[in-house]
Amino acid sequence: MKPKRKRLFIVLIGLLFVSAAVGFSLFALDQELDVFRSPSEIAEKGFPSGKRFRVGGLVEDGSVSSEGIVTTFRVTDGAHALTITYDKILPDLFREGQGIIALGALNAGGTFEAQEVLAKHDENYMPPEVADALKKSGHFKPEGGDS
Amino acid sequence: MAPELGQYALVLALVVAAVQAIVPQVGAYRRDAAWMGVAPAAARAQFLLVLFAFGCLMVSFISSDFSVVNVFENSHSLKPLIYKISGVWGNHEGSLLLWILILTLFGAAVAQFGQNLPPTLQARVLSVQAMIGVGFLSFILFTSNPFARLDPAPFEGNGLNPLLQDPALALHPPFLYLGYVGLSVAFSFAVAALIEGRVDPAWARWVRPWTLAAWCCLTAGIALGSYWAYYELGWGGWWFWDPVENASFMPWLAATALLHSSIVVEKRDALKSWTVLLAILAFSLSLLGTFIVRSGVLNSVHAFASDPTRGVFILAFLVFVVGGSLTLYAIRAPSLKGGGLFRPVSREGTLVLNNLLLSTACFTVLLGTLYPLFLDAVASEKVSVGPPYFNSVFVPLMAPLIAALAIGPMLAWKRGDLAGVMGRLKFVAALAFLTGLGMAWYAWNIMPLAVLGMALVVWLGLGVLREWAERVRLFRWDIVESWRRARGLPRASYGMSMAHMGVALMVLGITASETWQEEKQVIMRPGDVQTVSDFELTFVGAEKVPGPNYSATAGTFVVTRNGQPVTILQPESRIFSNPPMETTEAAIRSTLAGDLYTVVGEGDGLGGYAVRLYYKPLVIWIWLGALAMMIGGMISLSDRRHRIGAPARKQAGESGTHRDPGALAAAGAGD
Repeated sequence: MKPKRKRLFIVLIGLLFVSAAVGFSLFALDQELDVFRSPSEIAEKGFPSGKRFRVGGLVEDGSVSSEGIVTTFRVTDGAHALTITYDKILPDLFREGQGIIALGALNAGGTFEAQEVLAKHDENYMPPEVADALKKSGHFKPEGGDS
Repeated sequence: MAPELGQYALVLALVVAAVQAIVPQVGAYRRDAAWMGVAPAAARAQFLLVLFAFGCLMVSFISSDFSVVNVFENSHSLKPLIYKISGVWGNHEGSLLLWILILTLFGAAVAQFGQNLPPTLQARVLSVQAMIGVGFLSFILFTSNPFARLDPAPFEGNGLNPLLQDPALALHPPFLYLGYVGLSVAFSFAVAALIEGRVDPAWARWVRPWTLAAWCCLTAGIALGSYWAYYELGWGGWWFWDPVENASFMPWLAATALLHSSIVVEKRDALKSWTVLLAILAFSLSLLGTFIVRSGVLNSVHAFASDPTRGVFILAFLVFVVGGSLTLYAIRAPSLKGGGLFRPVSREGTLVLNNLLLSTACFTVLLGTLYPLFLDAVASEKVSVGPPYFNSVFVPLMAPLIAALAIGPMLAWKRGDLAGVMGRLKFVAALAFLTGLGMAWYAWNIMPLAVLGMALVVWLGLGVLREWAERVRLFRWDIVESWRRARGLPRASYGMSMAHMGVALMVLGITASETWQEEKQVIMRPGDVQTVSDFELTFVGAEKVPGPNYSATAGTFVVTRNGQPVTILQPESRIFSNPPMETTEAAIRSTLAGDLYTVVGEGDGLGGYAVRLYYKPLVIWIWLGALAMMIGGMISLSDRRHRIGAPARKQAGESGTHRDPGALAAAGAGD
């Protein structure tokens, strides 16, 4: 009986370990998850400032201005737009009319301070979230952007 | 003509695969040697047919035959020849064909080098291998035909994504696939063993080299992809926890676990059913990875065309493979009786710990990768799980693994003496502790994790050396005796040391580059000087330069250190016309001590240019560590005891000079 009980013991320890890891992972997931909001959702429902999330849409025509390394621009889903500032070099594919996703948080003044701006490798590619947001606001053009 | 011949060959290969899936399986059941004998011949035929088809596609690419849709969409007549060739697998259809080519290559290899396998086992392994072949050949023929024609034929192709026009990325998919698909052999062996109802050390001796070979290739593939991302994407990052990266990392974690658990089966005849399960899961994760990449269900930095029918097909296949094999496992696993017993503190015990940690790590990656998909399906909430999650769950899992890595190899099988081992490691432990203490003083305010990281590097690095010194009795007897012992150590042992040292080097690279990285993102005008680390970078200016199929803005930095000239760096920002897009070509001064990394962006119209400057200390060791792991795997693979054809019953001849001629070529990768 003894080896069998020992094996049971090992299996139990293993299970305990795995469930602890899973619990911890789920907790971490909850903490580190970044939700997506469209500019319209921000305009309508707001979002707590300082909490990290992602926002996406098309870069509004004529909205891009830069001061030194800091760039300010607006993303729009057609219905509403949100002002974003970014203090790093923008990705190669960043340009007006392009679909982008930014990760960051709103500051007290309601401006989105981006930590990261993503434009996809493929210039015809539209991030699905952005496509969805545009569809919801009724401004979706299948070809994406102004290409 | 070539495309039609290629397609015809693929159809024939599908038929051959169907025969190979059924006939040998029935033959093995009825113990009919003739029916079982179909398997090796069919496996070779399948390989030759797919090779022929692959050659046909390559001919179409090299001759720029734009009447083939695939060539039109992914090639361009002005492209350099090497990228015309790598363009063959730089797209969905072609890469799938490469997948199948490698699958059939492994099938043919089992036929070739498995002649001394028990005939029923070989027949069943090849039959399972052919079932996978049937799935993928139907997939390519019905949803992603690489030979589809276009009428009228266009004059010029769309060109290959410029980011993919890169030597590392030309090699990345073949290596990754060799790894992914190599795991199919372990899978086929596992399923065949379940059908046979027999898992024994001989079985493990068979599975281990295949897994090891697949693991080496997977390691190389992932490292190449990561190095490519580092120098090509212009962000200086080397791992993004992107779904597509995770897709290759999960099978790697599972394969690493499998590699270690199969040692226990081989040496101690224990952990059998767990090893079989791991073999099934490792390949299932490869399939899942293929599904994630090919279906486009997950958002990723890799832009692949998404196509729902393809996704559905792979998903159905995945369900069939995983469901089928797990059902078989549920039925048969209870009959696999464990052999060797062992204490928790023993070599086996640490290998179990290794498996526990690796599979948990694999699970957390899976969770983080699929959770957004799950949440989108149930709550239609779009979320993303980024590096913070993965880092926060991964570090606590890897730290104990690395800590145990120094201890495990020094413990005896069956019943280890932990106190004794710790006694022998006391100097190593003291040095690691002192390193940690030093780091706490030096780096605590930069990144507290650096303390743990550097202490682990010292612990593992010296621990590996200590273990080797132990084995050769260094400084205990005279040096001649140690030398004799060092030469007598099996290669597998050197392979293990090398691979474990690779882990230490990699942790060193990660910790140092993350902790002491310097980064500057500024606008520079000609004549401006920036200081990064102890380098002074003078921006000379930027100018427009035409390239073969792009035009570039090339910036020039003169780099000096303490006034002494070091080098000149010329990063470029390239604008391609076919297809239209921009890429960043970083200029990197790479040394073993650290990388100076420069990127030039667009001009601000006033004579200034946005530039990114980084100094990343010891970053190159991340990939050198991966290289060491891979070389370790190959050294181990070249061990005579691992020769793929080594007969199971040769235990007695272990020390003899017996060599199996058929096995030499198989181990050639390692020699």
